[in-house]
Amino acid sequence: MTPERLDATFAALADPTRRAILARLASGEASVTELAGPFAMSQPAISKHLKVLERAGLISRGQDAQRRPRRLEAKPLAEATEWLEKYRKFWEASFQRLDALLNELKPREE
Amino acid sequence: MNETLKVTTPTDREIVITRVFDAPRSLIFDCMSKPELVRRWLLGPPGYTMPVCEIDFRVGGRYRYVWRGPDGSEMGMGGVYREIVPSERIVQTELFDQDWTGGETVGTALLTEQGSRTTLTITELYSSKEARDGALRTGMAEGMSAGYDRLAELLTSMMEGEGK
Repeated sequence: MTPERLDATFAALADPTRRAILARLASGEASVTELAGPFAMSQPAISKHLKVLERAGLISRGQDAQRRPRRLEAKPLAEATEWLEKYRKFWEASFQRLDALLNELKPREE
Repeated sequence: MNETLKVTTPTDREIVITRVFDAPRSLIFDCMSKPELVRRWLLGPPGYTMPVCEIDFRVGGRYRYVWRGPDGSEMGMGGVYREIVPSERIVQTELFDQDWTGGETVGTALLTEQGSRTTLTITELYSSKEARDGALRTGMAEGMSAGYDRLAELLTSMMEGEGK
């Protein structure tokens, strides 16, 4: 990642509305109208946020020329962390400790 | 010999993990329900501690866990015990403080013994498919933005330093 790109990504993620837009797009692509729905914001205001996200490479536009749906670009986010992998690592590390603890607690065999 | 951990998504709303332990199930049950034992192993990656581990182990009783990472950041969760069958089964509700799982999930821990070994199966049931998928993806986005929030603070302090 170049410093400029990192800057753009950082700036894009610093805003709660834009994070909410990303969270919405995580469950599937959506048009500008659909995205503006849950926010008390005009479409031009939402479009401005979308432009910032697009420049940061966090979202892109879908094929449908009429709806122009936006979709999440997983890569910049995936670079940071993979939830399921973290989940597995959490349990793997914990269970290894549990093995040791169980060994310690087990009644000594003759 | 330890068995490897398995993580599967058998249905739209579930994540299931299984692991075999070389110990009787009553002992594992103790390790999952007594706070002085829980805080010794339910710690995740190296560097994490559990400053809060409160357990009121009865049906309707609450529990609360807080983890502290190597960088000092804290993550908390808690819930209520719905069902307890000694040495066999614990059903509990789970909610993270940041609620990145899209609402409360229900965790069921099942212990089955085969000879001297015990299989632990933990099933996490999400409120909907969207909630589960949202947890998988939003957790990712949240983790990212949290990282960037810290970076933002660092950059701000660096820039202020430069301006002087």
